Amino acid sequence: MRLPPKEGQRIDRERPVTFSFDGRRVEGFEGDTIGSALYAAGQRVFSRSFKYHRPRGLYCCSGSCPNCMMEVDDVPNVRVCAEPVRGGAEVRPQNVFGSLDRDLLSAVDKFGGPFTPVGFYYRTMIRPRWAWPYYESFLRRVAGLGHVHKHGRRTGRYDVEHRRTDVLVVGGGPSGQEAARRYAGEGHQVVLVDENPYLEIDEGDFEVMTPARALGIWEGGLVPVDAGRILYRFRAEHIVVATGAIEQPLVFPGNDLVGVMLPDAVRRLVDDWAIKPGERAVVLTADEGGREAAERLRRAGVELAGVFDLRRERIREIAARGRKGRVRSVELDGFHLKCDLLVMSGGRQPAYSLLAQAGARIEYDDERGVFSPIEIPDGVEAVGAAAGDGISTAIPAATYNGAAGKDKCFVCICEDVTDKDLKRAIAEGFDSIELAKRYTTVTMGPCQGRFCQVPSIRVYGRETESDLGRIGTTTARPPWTPVELGLLAGRTHEPAQRTSIHHRHAELGAKMMWTGTWRRPHSYGDPEAEVQAVHGAVGIIDVSTLGKLIVTGPEAAEFLERLYPNRFGDMKIGRIRYTVLGTDAGRIMDDGTIARLDDETFYVTTTSTGAGAVLEWFEWWNAVWSMDVEIVNVTGALAAVNVAGPRARELMGRLTDLDVSNEALAYLDAKHGRVAGIPSLILRIGFVGELGYELHFASPYGEYLWDTVLRRGEHLGIRPFGLEPQRILRLEKMHILVGQDTDSESNALEANMPWIVKFDKDDFVGKWALEHVRERGPRELLVGFEMEDGRVPPEGAQVVLQERRPAGRVTSARWSRELNKVIGMAWVPAEFAKDGTVFYVTVNGGFEKASVHLRPFFDPDGERLRS
Amino acid sequence: MSFLLPCPNCGPRPVEEFSYSGEVTERPKERPTLRELATYIYFRRNVAGVQREWWFHRLGCELWFQAERDTRTNDVLLTELVEPTVRQES
Repeated sequence: MRLPPKEGQRIDRERPVTFSFDGRRVEGFEGDTIGSALYAAGQRVFSRSFKYHRPRGLYCCSGSCPNCMMEVDDVPNVRVCAEPVRGGAEVRPQNVFGSLDRDLLSAVDKFGGPFTPVGFYYRTMIRPRWAWPYYESFLRRVAGLGHVHKHGRRTGRYDVEHRRTDVLVVGGGPSGQEAARRYAGEGHQVVLVDENPYLEIDEGDFEVMTPARALGIWEGGLVPVDAGRILYRFRAEHIVVATGAIEQPLVFPGNDLVGVMLPDAVRRLVDDWAIKPGERAVVLTADEGGREAAERLRRAGVELAGVFDLRRERIREIAARGRKGRVRSVELDGFHLKCDLLVMSGGRQPAYSLLAQAGARIEYDDERGVFSPIEIPDGVEAVGAAAGDGISTAIPAATYNGAAGKDKCFVCICEDVTDKDLKRAIAEGFDSIELAKRYTTVTMGPCQGRFCQVPSIRVYGRETESDLGRIGTTTARPPWTPVELGLLAGRTHEPAQRTSIHHRHAELGAKMMWTGTWRRPHSYGDPEAEVQAVHGAVGIIDVSTLGKLIVTGPEAAEFLERLYPNRFGDMKIGRIRYTVLGTDAGRIMDDGTIARLDDETFYVTTTSTGAGAVLEWFEWWNAVWSMDVEIVNVTGALAAVNVAGPRARELMGRLTDLDVSNEALAYLDAKHGRVAGIPSLILRIGFVGELGYELHFASPYGEYLWDTVLRRGEHLGIRPFGLEPQRILRLEKMHILVGQDTDSESNALEANMPWIVKFDKDDFVGKWALEHVRERGPRELLVGFEMEDGRVPPEGAQVVLQERRPAGRVTSARWSRELNKVIGMAWVPAEFAKDGTVFYVTVNGGFEKASVHLRPFFDPDGERLRS
Repeated sequence: MSFLLPCPNCGPRPVEEFSYSGEVTERPKERPTLRELATYIYFRRNVAGVQREWWFHRLGCELWFQAERDTRTNDVLLTELVEPTVRQES
C-alpha cells in the first residue's frame, strides 16, 4: 500500500523490482531501497539487537543506525534502508536464532538482565580456563553483527586511487553546495562528495561524487572516500566540512521499540517512497524537527494521537510500552496514549566528527544545549549545520526521562547499553567519559556515536551532577563510518619475483616454493637423486635470485673494508672472498661473496632475500661517510646459474674457449669470458661443496644458457637441482644459511667464523662489539652435529643437556644419503663445542642423542672444492 | 601515519613510500667503552618534539636524507641532503 503519487517521490511505479527476503518474494519499485520495499510490504521487525536480541525496526532510515543491518547477497552488515533494490538480490536477516519475529535468544532480554550487566564478559566466563574456547565461540555466534562466511569468496574487485584537488567539500547539502560554488567561482578545482545517491545538485563548475562517504580526516589532510568499489585517497589543499547535523533520540524506557523513529525516517518514508509509516502516531519533540514530522504525518493521513513539544510541556516521565517488541502505547506522566508510531526528536547535533579528527576542539554550547566545534585548524573549514549554524535550541533536561521499574531505557542501540549500565559504570568508578566508553562500549558501535554520544554525555552529566562542558566528549577517531575491509585492503597484490629461467623449471616439473618474494624450485621431483648427481657427475641450479651489487669508484675498496669485517684492499684483481655483513652491534645481517673485477670495481653478491636491505645499508653508510663510490643494483639485470660436480670442468670445457684448468681458473678465481657464446662473469666458488662455477650473465639469455648447458651436459649425466638438494649439500659442508642458522642475535665469532674478522683493521662496522665478544669469550657457538639413531629433529628443536636443561636449538637438520647419517647444525653452549660432545635433542617429545661435529661432514679439507 | 614527506629529489610524497631509520645518532670516533657502545647502539633520546632523523625514499629515488620532524604532530619542518663531512684520513 503506497500513498498516492506526488512530486519528488523517488519510486517509479511503472518499474517493479523483485528480490527475495528470508526465502520470500518481495516486490518493490525502482527507486526503492531494500528497506523501503520491505517496509511497504509490511515488514516491521528488521533486526535483533546486539546483546538482548530485542526486535528492532527502522529508526533513522538514513544509513546510520544498526537497526536495519542485513546480509545482502552474502555481504553482511548492509544497511538495507539505504541500499537500493536490485532485482534478484538475496536478503537475509542476521544475528537471529529462529526468525526475526521469534528469536530464541530474546530470552536474554527477559531473564538475562541480572546476569548480563555491563562488562559481564570481563568478569564471568573466565573460569574454568579450558572452557573459554566454548564460551568464545558461543558469544561470537550470539553477540554481534553479521556472519562472515569462512569459505566465502571475495565479492568483487577493489581499487585504490590517489586524487588531489584544491578544495574537497564533504557533504552536498545547501551549505556544501554553496561553498563548492564559491570556491569554483574563484577558479579553484573543487570536488564535492556526498553519501546520498539521489543528491540533487544545481549546475556548478565542480566535480560531484555520489554516493561516496568520506571516512575521516587523517593526518596530513588525507581524506579517504569510499565510493563502493574504489577508495579515493584525497589530498586537498583545503577541506570544507559540510556534514550537517544529526537528529538525536530521546532517552526513555522503551525508546528502542519497533515503531519508534526519528523525524528524518518519517520524511524519507513519506516523501521519497510514498509509504504511510503507521496508523496512529504520537510525536515527542524538543525542537522543530518533530513539528515538521507531525505535519508530514497529518498530510499522509496518519492519525495524530498527540504532539508534545517538550520545550513547553514539562513531562517528567515518558515510557513507551509495546507487545512483542512493537510499540502499542506511550505513557506520559501516567497518562496512556495508544499508538503504533512514536516519533521522537531530541534536537539536532552538529556532525562534528570529521572536524574533531582534523584537530578542532569540541565545546559544549550551554545556550543551545549542543556540542559545537571551535578552533578549527588551518586548511579545514566548517560550514552550515556542522559548524553549528541554524541549530535550534534543544532542552537537554527534556531529552532524558529514565524511569525506574519500567522497560529498558537505551542510551546506545548499537551495543545495547542502557542508562542503568552507565550508572553502574559510574558507580564502579569509571568516572570519566573516556573510561566509561571503554567499559560500556557506548559510542563504539556501528553508528560511531551519532545517536549515543550526546545522550550518553547527558545521562552522565545527570548522574554525576556535573556540568556537560566539563565532561567533554570522547575522542573522535576515523573511520567515521563503517567501511568494508575489502576496500581498505584494495586489490590483492601478492608480489612474486620470477627468474628469467622460471618457465624452464616449470617445464621440467619443478615443485616451486617461496623464498621471500622469489619463486624458486624446491626440487625437480627427487631431491636425493639430485644431490647424488652433484656428488657423482654434475648439476645445475638457477641462482639468479642472489642479490648482485656493483660497487665501483676510487674508494670502493676502502668502502667495503669499512663495511665488512674482512680485508679487501689487499685482494688481487680476479679473486673472490666469502664474507659476512654485520651491524655495529656485531650482528650478522647477510653474507655472500665479493669478487674484485678491477682496481676500483667489486662485484658483491648477497642472499636472495637480502638484496634490498643490503643496498639500503650500503647507501646509508655512504650517505654518512660520503665516499667516492657508486653502488649499482644489478640483481634483476643479471641471471646466474651454478654448475657443480666432479664433471663440471669437463662440461665447462665444452661451453667456453677459456682455459678452465685448475691452474688458469683456480678456486675463488673470477674471470670474464664467453660461455655458450654469452658474455659471462665466471666465479669459481663452491657453496655445495663440489668443484663449481657460478656464471653471471645478462638475464635475457637465461633460458638459452640453461638449455645449452643441459644439452652439452647430457651425456655427462647432468641434472638440474633445486633448493632442497642444495640445502642438503651445503649442510654436508656446514656452510651456513643466514636467517636459517643465524638470527638477529648472532655474530660472526659465535657463528664460528672467526677467520672472517680482521681485528687488526683500524675500524669496520661492528668491530667494537666483536672485540667485546672476543674479550668476554663466546657464550654459545654454532656447531655441526650428527644424530646417533638417525631420527631427523625438526628445525627449531631444543638442545637439551644431561640434566634436561634446555640450552640451545637446532637450526638445520637433514638426512644425507652420501654420508648415510642425519646431520645438522645447532647452537650449543660454548663449553660443549668440542668434537664428540654428547647432547640431547627433543624429537616428538622424547630425547634423542646427538654428538658435536666441528669440521665439515663432507670433504673436510676442501680437496674436491679445490680440485 | 599518513603525512607527506618532501623528498629533496622528488618533492612531497606520501610517507608510505619511505623507510624510516630513526633519529640521527653519532658513531663514536674511537673505541668506545662498553657503556658508550651500548648507548650508541641501543639508547635513543626519543623526544616528544622536534628531532632530526634519517629517511630513505625506498619506493622512489632511493635517496637517504635527513628530516626534522615534530614527533608529536608529525609536522615536517625541513628535509635535506646530508652535507658531506670532512673525513679523517686514516
